[in-house]
Amino acid sequence: MKKEQTHTLSVLVENKSGVLARVAGLFSARGFNIDSLAVGKTEDPSVSRMTIVVKGDESVLEQIEKQLNKLIDVIKICDYIATPHLERDLALIKVKANKNNRSELLQIIDIFRAKIVDVADDSLIVEVTGDEEKIAALISMVSSFGILEMSRTGIVAMARGCSILTVHS
Amino acid sequence: MEKTGAEIIVECLEREGVSIVFGIPGGCNLPFFDKLYDSKIRVILTRHEQGASHMADGYARSTGKVGVCIATSGPGATNLVTGLATAHMDSIPMVAITGQVRTDAIGSDAFQEADATGCTRPVTKHNYLVKDVKDLAAVIREAFYIAKSGRPGPVHIDVPVDVQRAVTEFVYPEKISVRSYSPTIKGHAMQIKKAAEYIKNSERPLLYVGGGTILSGACEELRAFAEKMNIPVVTTLMANGALPYDHPLYMGPLGMHGKYSTNTAMQKCDLMISCGARFDDRVTGKLSSFSPHSKKIHFDIDPANIGKSVKVDVPVVGDLRSILKELIAETPKKEHKDWIHQIQAWDKEHPLSYKNNGGKDATIKPQYVIQELHRLTKGEAIVSTGVGQHQMWAMQWYPCKEPRHFLTSGGLGTMGYGFPAAIGAKLAHPKKDVICIDGDGCFQMTMTELATTVTEDVKVIVIILNNYYLGMVRQWQELFYKERFSASCLVAEGGKRTKENEPDPKLIPYIPDFKKLADAYGILGMRITKTEEVTPALEKALQSKTSVILDIVIHPGDKVFPMVPAGAGLDEIIVDMA
Repeated sequence: MKKEQTHTLSVLVENKSGVLARVAGLFSARGFNIDSLAVGKTEDPSVSRMTIVVKGDESVLEQIEKQLNKLIDVIKICDYIATPHLERDLALIKVKANKNNRSELLQIIDIFRAKIVDVADDSLIVEVTGDEEKIAALISMVSSFGILEMSRTGIVAMARGCSILTVHS
Repeated sequence: MEKTGAEIIVECLEREGVSIVFGIPGGCNLPFFDKLYDSKIRVILTRHEQGASHMADGYARSTGKVGVCIATSGPGATNLVTGLATAHMDSIPMVAITGQVRTDAIGSDAFQEADATGCTRPVTKHNYLVKDVKDLAAVIREAFYIAKSGRPGPVHIDVPVDVQRAVTEFVYPEKISVRSYSPTIKGHAMQIKKAAEYIKNSERPLLYVGGGTILSGACEELRAFAEKMNIPVVTTLMANGALPYDHPLYMGPLGMHGKYSTNTAMQKCDLMISCGARFDDRVTGKLSSFSPHSKKIHFDIDPANIGKSVKVDVPVVGDLRSILKELIAETPKKEHKDWIHQIQAWDKEHPLSYKNNGGKDATIKPQYVIQELHRLTKGEAIVSTGVGQHQMWAMQWYPCKEPRHFLTSGGLGTMGYGFPAAIGAKLAHPKKDVICIDGDGCFQMTMTELATTVTEDVKVIVIILNNYYLGMVRQWQELFYKERFSASCLVAEGGKRTKENEPDPKLIPYIPDFKKLADAYGILGMRITKTEEVTPALEKALQSKTSVILDIVIHPGDKVFPMVPAGAGLDEIIVDMA
């Protein structure tokens, strides 16, 4: 069996309409599975950066990179699997909380260095930023209070140190 | 100078050297057609947009130029999709221009609105929706550049009708560069050296040649290289004509319906040199037993083709023509007499053959028809095909003398491709014989373009190998589905037949009567049922001034052999059922 691994790809694309559809269409047409996909502007307004998390063995990843590269609007791809890098996901979690258990919840949130960004009579919204593990741990801790709703950005990534991913690098 | 969008499209097409376009007008491309009215560009009015797309494809395949087809919004655009997908799979340079509803109506479910770029996105190399007339000239320039460079392919441009009417200052972009697109042309020098070393040390090398060789214009270089190193050549369906059929190093086609000798050579070679071929499943058979003893060199312009299905030892990305030129300089002369004799001996053992039963009840053998056509045209005609048995017989029995003379839908396998493609090719080569070898099933998918041959005064010959079945479907049902002919007989209710109630070829109803169909269009129609009538009919067809439908009735039991069953290895080739 070939080893399946989770890869985080940063993909620089032209900031044009239809690019997201091209990338998403490619993954579905070729049967690749996306764990998460986040897209946003970069320091250059003509360029967007997609962070795509995918699972696959070496040959699947090779095909994903090559097929992405064939899309005319894809400028550059970086697979962070062998590069020291940061990964961050942001989650908004609406948790049930009443007067009796609120302080217990606050302690947990504090430990995770998460923030409370909205408070209501019987719920609050927690904002947490971190890698997958940290967010998973927080979710597991607060789930006993009752999670009403959750919204996440998906992972964004960047190499540590002076390694730079831009159109010209 | 100020120009409208429609004027810009026409001007840009003229500057790209486009002399002919194929298409149909409609509500959303009328401004464009109005400008074509005064242009030098010849407009071929087709009867269906699918026909337009295949004609542009046939034009492109037979010339190497970019084929252009045009349709209106909605159904016009969706009707192009099959043709674009066909071109995409076979890497054919095309530009399709469609009209679209007004920009302010996009997304409102307007009359004849379809998300055209959404439809063509997965079946084109690239596509554009032009929302601002200022972008139009650059987009068209870029589209032609992308269509013909690198691994070629179809590009679609969707132009809303208000953009065609809008006015802007026209500046023709003399130069274009796309920062995210720069195909590798020159092969890596070290890799080419490494390939040369492998070739020098090989005792049983084999050139596995695909359609990319023809697309890159590398046939001369292929020939020079093969001759210098005396390496035998086998071709895929797409590469028929890459080396002249009578060249001593040409061994024939390989794959599912290739020859015993070429498939055996692929299994026994110690070095495979893949030139612009992509290891299609119809060539490799079962991957785990494909060419097990060989080192593999793979030349391809598309990096994504490398290692996609078969692991190779020396990959070289680049344009084949450029790579072969360098390779010729890197390699000494060499002989491989024993190896070539071995392949020839395999061919003697199991040559391509068919049984001519003789006797007065004998039906016409399809292979014989193509063999006779080959003899009469010296293998120099442009031949197009549909998809199925007749296509495989054409590959086996019409090996071409020249490249760009065999037009067939290899990747997508589009039935109905042959006839419109032949029209496109004939318009590009008015002095050449252009012949569509077709099946009755395929021809009925696009025979609506008969009218186009009449109005445009295009002479093509359609040879229908008529077995009143979807022949290849029938062959598979006979071999793998217990002779249960489900929906494959074209003259039976529901297409349903069993072996027992199979009709007598002499008594079948002609649905349609292709001779009468030819009459309806005022062209020459002939129905041939006897072997001795075949040659005179072919001669008459070749001499005819008008288009010809030659309806040749064959027996539905005739099958394509050799055959490597789907999923089997190349060494499990069935030479014949008998």
